[in-house]
Amino acid sequence: MKRATQLIHGGPTIDQQTGAMGVPIYQISTYRQTSVDHFGKYDYARGDNPTREAVQTTVATLEGGNGCLAFSSGMAAISTTLMIFSPGDHLVVCDDVYGGAYRVLATVFSRMGIESTFVDATDLDAIAAAIKPNTKGLYLETPSNPLLKVTDLRGAAALAKRHGLITLVDNTFMTPYLQRPLELGCDIVLHSGTKFLNGHSDVICGFAVTADQGLYDRIRYLQNAFGTGLGPQDSYLTLRGIKTLKVRMEESQRSTQKIVAWLQSHPSVIAVHYPGLETHPGYAIQQAQSDGPGAVFSFELDSFESTRKLLENSRLAAFAVSLGGVESIISYPARMSHASVPPAERLRKGITDTLVRLSVGLEDPEDLMADMAAALEG
Amino acid sequence: MKIATETVQIGLEWDSRTGSVTVPIYQTATFRHPGLGQSTGYDYSRSGNPTRETLEKGIARLDGGARGCAYSSGMAAISSLMFLFKSGDHLIVTEDLYGGTCRLFDKLFSQYGLSFSYVDTSDAATVEAAITPTTKALFVETLTNPLLKFADLPALSVLCRSHNLLLIADNTFLTPYLFRPLDFGADITVYSATKYLAGHNDTVAGLTVIKDPQLAEQVYYHHNAAGAVLGPQDSWLTIRGMKTLSVRLDRQQENAQKLAEWLQRHPRIASVCYPGLADHPGHDLMQRDARGFGAMIAFEVAEPELVEQVLLKTGLISFAESLGGVESLITFPEVQTHADIPVAVRQRLGINNRLLRLSVGIEDVDDLIEDLRQALEGDTTA
Repeated sequence: MKRATQLIHGGPTIDQQTGAMGVPIYQISTYRQTSVDHFGKYDYARGDNPTREAVQTTVATLEGGNGCLAFSSGMAAISTTLMIFSPGDHLVVCDDVYGGAYRVLATVFSRMGIESTFVDATDLDAIAAAIKPNTKGLYLETPSNPLLKVTDLRGAAALAKRHGLITLVDNTFMTPYLQRPLELGCDIVLHSGTKFLNGHSDVICGFAVTADQGLYDRIRYLQNAFGTGLGPQDSYLTLRGIKTLKVRMEESQRSTQKIVAWLQSHPSVIAVHYPGLETHPGYAIQQAQSDGPGAVFSFELDSFESTRKLLENSRLAAFAVSLGGVESIISYPARMSHASVPPAERLRKGITDTLVRLSVGLEDPEDLMADMAAALEG
Repeated sequence: MKIATETVQIGLEWDSRTGSVTVPIYQTATFRHPGLGQSTGYDYSRSGNPTRETLEKGIARLDGGARGCAYSSGMAAISSLMFLFKSGDHLIVTEDLYGGTCRLFDKLFSQYGLSFSYVDTSDAATVEAAITPTTKALFVETLTNPLLKFADLPALSVLCRSHNLLLIADNTFLTPYLFRPLDFGADITVYSATKYLAGHNDTVAGLTVIKDPQLAEQVYYHHNAAGAVLGPQDSWLTIRGMKTLSVRLDRQQENAQKLAEWLQRHPRIASVCYPGLADHPGHDLMQRDARGFGAMIAFEVAEPELVEQVLLKTGLISFAESLGGVESLITFPEVQTHADIPVAVRQRLGINNRLLRLSVGIEDVDDLIEDLRQALEGDTTA
C-alpha cells in the first residue's frame, strides 16, 4: 500500500458492528466482563480504548513499526518512553533538542539518576566520543529544532547498534510521510502528534512507535501504569487529521520553498536555515534519508528591531508557539520553544535573539510573503 | 457557598463574550500572542487550556486549595506527584492501596530510588513507628480500596507536621462533597476523577489540589514538564459530571446503606464492610469528620464458588473494573484491581477469594437488591 493510501486505510477505519466509515469515539472508562478467569481484550480504558487503538495502528503502519502508543502530549510520550531507562544509565542527546525535552532530561530525569550528555549530533564522531560504558540510549531530532541541523540517521543508528544503545528519534518535523527512522535502523520514533500528524492546531497528543516487540511491551506497560494515554476525542481528531497529511504536507512544503527563496533575497534577512537549500550543510543527507525537507525553517534577521516588527506585525502567520498546523505559525525560539534552555547555553547553540522560526501552513504563499513584507516595513 | 452550589457554578461565569452558561470546549493546541513578550495568559495547551483550567479552578475551590491540576488519568496524577521526590526519599503509604498505585510505587518509582513502607494508615501509632530519617511524605487513601478503612487525618496531620512530612490524600472514594482533606491538614489531595467526580463511567481523568501556593508551583512545573495533561473534551465532560455530584452521591449513599443492611441479613453473605454500618471500625470517626459514608461496599460471600455465580448472574450490576458511576459495578479485587499487591499482603489484609467490591449506582435500590438476590440464590426465573 502506498503511503497516501495508508493515511486513509492504515488502521481499523470501518466499524465492524455498524459498517460506519469511521471509528466510533468510545467515550468510556470501563468494559463489562463475561468471565471471572479471562478478561476480555478491553477491561479498563486507561489501558485500552478502541478509538485510541485505531490511531495507534495507523501511526504504526505509517512508520513501519510493530506497534505504537498514543499519549496525552508529545512530552508525555517522551517522558513515559524515557522511563525504559534505569538510574545509573547515561544518554547521548542532540544538543539543540526541543526545549521541553531538554527540561525533563535536565531537571526531572537527572534527579532520578539518568544522566545526559548533549552533543552536536550532526557529527558522528562527537556522538561516538560521548559514549561511556553506562551509555544506554542515543536521542536524536532531525532536522533539529529550531536550527534544522541534519543528523545522518543511518550512520548514527549503526554507531548506536555497535555500542548496544537504543536509538530514539523525534520525527515530529518530518512525519512518516517524509521520513521513516525505523527503516534507517533506529529503534523508537517519538512524535508530538500535536504538530503535522494532527495538523490542525487543535489537539495535544504524542506517539511512541517501536521497531520490536520487547520495546513495545515495555512502553505499553509504562503507559498503562503511568496512565498517560490519549483520550478518545483527541484520538479521533488525530486520526481525522492524519487523513489529509499528504495533501497538507506537500502543499506546505511547496509554499515553504517559495517563501525561503524570497526571504533569501530580502535585505533584512541575513541567513535562512532550511535543509531544502543546496547550501545547507545537511542537504545531501536530507536528500538521502527523507522524501523532502519539510515545512518548517528558521531565519536570522539583521536586528532585534526587525525581529520585533516581523513578530508583532504579521497578520496571517499567527505569533504563537507550536507548528505543523494548517495555519502558518511564526515563533520566537529564544523566548518560546527554547525558553527553558539557560541563556548562555542557548547562545552557544546559535539560538540568538534575532532568530525566527516559521511553520508554513496552507495559506496562499503569495499572501504570506506580502504579509511578512508589510510587517518588516512596519 | 455550599459544595452542591459550587459544583453547579463551575464555568458558569466564564464566557463573557456570549454569556454561555457552560465553558466552551477549547479544542486548540496553541494561542496567538498579542505581541513580543505578551501573552493572553494562554500560550500552549499543555501549559494551560481554558477548558481544563475551568476544571482545575473548580476542583481547587471545592477542596479549598491554592491550585488544581488535571491529568490524563488518576495514575498520571499520582505519578506526577512522585516527581516531587528524589532518589533516596522514603514514603509511608496505606497498606490496602489501590493496585495501580501499588504497581506505580513498587515496580516503577522504587527503581528510581524511592522507597515505600506499607502500613495501616487508619492507625496513627503504626504510622509514627514507620517514620525514618529519610521519610518525606505520607500517602493515604482517605477511605481505602477495597476495605474501606477511614484515615484519621487530624491525628495524621499532627504527626506529619511534627516530622515535616508532606501529607498526600487520595480522596477518590469520598470527593470534596463528603470530605475535604485539606481542611483536616492534608497538603495535597489527589483524585481519580474517572470515578465519582466525572461519575458516568465515560471519562478517564485525574486531579490534584494543592493547599500551599509555593508547593502548587512545583506540582504545576511537573504537570507541564512531563505533559500528562487532560484533553479539553474530557475536561469538559468531567465538569459536566461534577454538576450532578451532590444528587448522585446522595442517592448512591442512600442505596448503599440499604444494600449493605440487606446483604448483612442474607444467609449466603459471610460479612459486609460498609462504614455506614454501626459496627464498622471507622463509623464513628467518619461521623465526626465526613458528611457521609460513601457508596462503596465490600462483602464476603459464604463460599468461594459463589463469586463466579454472583459476577456472572448479576444483570443490572455490571461485572467491570472502575467505580463511582451512575451504573452499579461489581468487581473481584483479588484478580482485578488488586492483582498487583503481593499475595501475602492480600491475605493479611483480607483481600481473598470470597471478597467482592460493589460500587453502588443510582438505579432504584429495589431493582439492585433483586438483581443481587437472584444472583446469590441462583434463581433462574428472575
